[in-house]
Amino acid sequence: MSRTWTLTKMRMRLAMRNRMFLFFSLVMPLGFLVFGVMIFSKGSPGLVAYILGAILTVTVMGSFWGLSVQLVTFREQGILRRFRLAPVGAGPLLASSILSNYFLIIPSVLVEMFVCRWAFHMETWGNLWAIIVLVTFGSATFSAFGLIVASITNTMQETQIINQLVWTVFLFLSGASFPLAIFPQWIQRCALFNPATYLATGLEAATTNLVSTGEILTDVLALAIGLYAAFEISRQIFRWEPEAKVPRRAKLWVLAVLVPFLAFGAYENAGGTRLARIQHDFQHITGQLSMPPVPRSR
Amino acid sequence: MPDSIIQVDELYKSYGAVEAVRGVSFAVDEGEIFGLLGPNGAGKTSTIEILEGLRTRDRGVARVCGLDPEKSGEKYKERIGAILQSTSLPDKIRVREAIELFAKFYRNRADTEGLLRRFQLEEKRNAFYSQLSGGQKQRLALAMALVNNPQVVFLDEPTAGLDPQVRREIYDIVEELRRDKKTVLLTTHYIEEAERLCDRVAIIDHGRVIAIGSPRELKHRSAGTTRIEVRLAHMPKDGALARLDGVADCREFDGTFVLHSARPTVTIVALVKELEAEQNELQSLEMFSPSLEDVFIELTGRRLRE
Repeated sequence: MSRTWTLTKMRMRLAMRNRMFLFFSLVMPLGFLVFGVMIFSKGSPGLVAYILGAILTVTVMGSFWGLSVQLVTFREQGILRRFRLAPVGAGPLLASSILSNYFLIIPSVLVEMFVCRWAFHMETWGNLWAIIVLVTFGSATFSAFGLIVASITNTMQETQIINQLVWTVFLFLSGASFPLAIFPQWIQRCALFNPATYLATGLEAATTNLVSTGEILTDVLALAIGLYAAFEISRQIFRWEPEAKVPRRAKLWVLAVLVPFLAFGAYENAGGTRLARIQHDFQHITGQLSMPPVPRSR
Repeated sequence: MPDSIIQVDELYKSYGAVEAVRGVSFAVDEGEIFGLLGPNGAGKTSTIEILEGLRTRDRGVARVCGLDPEKSGEKYKERIGAILQSTSLPDKIRVREAIELFAKFYRNRADTEGLLRRFQLEEKRNAFYSQLSGGQKQRLALAMALVNNPQVVFLDEPTAGLDPQVRREIYDIVEELRRDKKTVLLTTHYIEEAERLCDRVAIIDHGRVIAIGSPRELKHRSAGTTRIEVRLAHMPKDGALARLDGVADCREFDGTFVLHSARPTVTIVALVKELEAEQNELQSLEMFSPSLEDVFIELTGRRLRE
């Protein structure tokens, strides 16, 4: 545990010295937030809170992108093999990635919340407990997804391609960029298999104060199971050496990370109430209640 | 060999169809500085990385401090230190931070300040890794190799790519390790490094140990001959140089004729006469005392740096 903590502190220090990190993790999401609120909120505090939920999702999911790139860079530059000589296993190294990332996004999350509350007159802090739990599990889970990408790609080029593809799905098919409620029904049903949907819809409901902490349990459970699967698999197929290639069979193991989300997606599609909740919350926030609101049946 | 701290017996390692290590065997005594000398691609790095626990062997025995590097995990890593041939650190880590970070991984820790002093890094303690020169990076690598007061130190090409002055600094540090009674296994393709630093040397070529012994013993094996290297204006007649008085061996490498002679003065006189007779001209002539290079040429027919 002390080795994990030692590595966590060092990695946080290194990240703070990296201007790219500061730009992408703090400045850019804040820019999106200001831009989003000014363009779309139309002075509605409810919409400000909803946009905050979406921006918090993007901030938290950013862990996925940053970690995979960092780990592959470390491997390509031979930095990981220096650590391999020391009595440090893959577990502490990977755990420190997740922990440092978590601590590093907290300032961004706080700044975004304070800006919304004080500069954009958001009426409440939302469901703070639900936000804390979702940010914590979301950050850890998406960091672990980043570790998986780092484990299965051999070069930075491959990492960037896979990141782009996965990021597009995370961003546009989850409600993090466009509200899921505005999509056709079949896309909404597909989105239920997307891990990012559980984070985005959970955070949007939490910032708009439309859920109790108990109601986000399924979101947290989905993220927690995804975290466990992703961390364990990335630990098993972790590679220290640039020239070590991941066996094809190991790549299949990676698909196991998706199993919890396939299961949750199938459950929600079969008889869940998530889509109804998303629709209801969106209508409530936008005030576009021309259709009779879908009753929430939780 | 009860005193051997490193034992390697019939070690094999292949990468696909390429056999990098083909039955390497040697033993290193405690406190000894032992060198693996050979050209690039000879199997030195594969051998040392198997001993560091970074690579798995295909077969054979490897034991360091009585432990199997492949299976002993943390217990083993606590006892060794190493400089890797290809490695790096994050650009934005400071010198002092790097030493402290790695020291914290071990139970037995050397004093960071002491290491900074010993490796002349005090002034650079707050410098980022990316701001260090090649020599400073290598001194930092050495300091990090000693953060756990290791029993055995592995140095893989510790002076490769460094300028002569920095190389001499590294030599001094290795000499200090000798005084500290550390066991050192180093790989190199520099003859002078092996001759100056090593108590014993194993010459490796194509994944096999082709000679082993102290530099002095190995040089004696080259029959005490002097190496004479000559370049001529025109190619001499076939076998003319090999027939000169005193010449025991004659080979050509890229237009340079390398003669080994037990009686160098007689050979040079005969050479001058032969060139006069052939109306050929001497472009350059150099004489060398017997070295490990000569041993390598004798054993392989090639130069070490070919």
